[in-house]
Amino acid sequence: MMDGSKFDDALTGEQKIRNFNINFGPQHPAAHGVLRLVLELDGEVVERCDPHIGLLHRGTEKLMESRTYLQNLPYFDRLDYVAPMNQEHAWCLAIEKLTGVEVPRRASLIRVLFCEIGRVLNHLLNITTQALDVGALTPPLWGFEEREELMIFYERACGARLHAAYFRPGGVHQDLPPELLDDIEAWSHKFMSGFMVDIDGLLTENRIFKQRNADIGIVTEDDILKYGFSGVMVRGSGFAWDLRRAQPYECYDEFDFQIPVGKNGDCYDRYLVRMEEMRQSISIIQQAIAKLRDCPGDVLARGKLTPPSRTDMKTSMEALIHHFKLYTEGFHVPEGEVYAAVEAPKGEFGVYLVADGTNKPYRAKLRAPGFLHLQAMDYISKGHQLADVAAIIGTMDVVFGEIDR
Amino acid sequence: MSEAMTELGTYLEAKRPDCVLAWDVTHGELNVDVAPASLTGFVEFLTNDSTCKFSTLVDITGVDYPGRAKRFDVVYHFLSMYQNHRIRLRVSIREDQMVPSITDIHPSANWFEREVFDMFGILFSGHPDLRRILTDYGFRGYPLRKDFPTTGYTEVRYDEAEKRVVYEPVSLVQEYRQFDFMSPWEGAEYILPGDEKKEEGAA
Repeated sequence: MMDGSKFDDALTGEQKIRNFNINFGPQHPAAHGVLRLVLELDGEVVERCDPHIGLLHRGTEKLMESRTYLQNLPYFDRLDYVAPMNQEHAWCLAIEKLTGVEVPRRASLIRVLFCEIGRVLNHLLNITTQALDVGALTPPLWGFEEREELMIFYERACGARLHAAYFRPGGVHQDLPPELLDDIEAWSHKFMSGFMVDIDGLLTENRIFKQRNADIGIVTEDDILKYGFSGVMVRGSGFAWDLRRAQPYECYDEFDFQIPVGKNGDCYDRYLVRMEEMRQSISIIQQAIAKLRDCPGDVLARGKLTPPSRTDMKTSMEALIHHFKLYTEGFHVPEGEVYAAVEAPKGEFGVYLVADGTNKPYRAKLRAPGFLHLQAMDYISKGHQLADVAAIIGTMDVVFGEIDR
Repeated sequence: MSEAMTELGTYLEAKRPDCVLAWDVTHGELNVDVAPASLTGFVEFLTNDSTCKFSTLVDITGVDYPGRAKRFDVVYHFLSMYQNHRIRLRVSIREDQMVPSITDIHPSANWFEREVFDMFGILFSGHPDLRRILTDYGFRGYPLRKDFPTTGYTEVRYDEAEKRVVYEPVSLVQEYRQFDFMSPWEGAEYILPGDEKKEEGAA
């Protein structure tokens, strides 16, 4: 017999084929941070994948228990550091829900504006670095230039490029300078006619990009429910679920936008969904700017949660005491427990807050979308080739700040 | 929103009176207290019942109340993408009690339960792989318990002589800064010598 079926008897113990275990990361550039995957390979096919996470664990939840509500806010920038303001938003919403504070309309619009900028920031990073993982170098170079411009908008609003601490319970920290709105609008037009067209031309019909992404990491409706997916991982499979539409928060219900969905639920569809979401975000940004122009006014709710105005502080003793007490003792949040969720660029980011009536949270649990997505890594990557693991990690959009917390 | 939640709460109580210990709607959110023994059955009911259809597990977490006899609360959040509503289940357990794992119904519970085990030391019976998840390899203690200090017990540094990372007991140059900001007029209760006489006088 020459078909090779009789070769078994010639194999010694050493020659017997066994599965090969490799460590992927924690220093691998395609691991998107400090991810260690223990992969069991049969040739080039992944048999088992065990993600070891926690290498970036900083104990945020423990730290939050010993700090005041306001001091805890900057921790949220450090979770998903790709789109910081979206996380702050969830924290502010949770506190506002418990205290019952109404956010002024202008602050609400500014929040929407910067959340959508955050979404563009995130998708820019994700699309371009995922393209890098599958072999394209140009997209990240171009994409990071746009990210740089957006981070300058962040800086002009709050003074920091990344760790903004701009959203505050009861509104946003400071009003925007009028020129900033003009510049964001000018940028949005340039972005749509320039970068989006360029990246579309580079990637969408690119043969290599399609070969590496189409039919890879297919997610079905059943998987979504079983593994608790959210965000683009859901929409890529044709399931139009978006918290901005389904459970509107802030003033998203008055904006006109579409929710793009994919058809096949593979990496390529998720890429297309992210591209379309950026276009929708740009449209929301433009609408928000138009609304902001004819909506002057306060950006902070007046009350115990927010500092008094500078002029009040200079003339009124009570205002000065209020300011001092706010930044030392902090405000007290009434007893109770709430869960507040936002549609962060990566999926549903939620905060479960247990307050005991003091100035510090009794317990705060941060629910990160990436945690669940990465959990399904074993299931999704099973049967794929080793090279596809990089594409799948990219499409899941994992950032270790939020997964390890 | 709240009426729909109240309706759902009444429905749950009518359908599964054996599982629902108590329920309430606060801040527009439905909370249900469940006994650990009936948890898996109730979660299965929530997933499959057409009125509930809580198909997605959003979160599992724990809360530590050291003062209570039933020390821990294990809190489950579910979401229905079909009916568009949320629910929160609370399971109160003693320190030595186990919680049944729901990984058979929701595979996504796997890491959440590992995390709760890692952070609170709560054991889940029937979990396929209950390892630590977020803390260091070989870590000891349960960091999110209230009696675990924020600084921890060990610190690491690279030892030049041994050419490796070494673990040492934590030594602070300065006390961990934990200020009491509570206003002496409303928050804290300061007991001065002689205060007990006032109590006696009143009685």
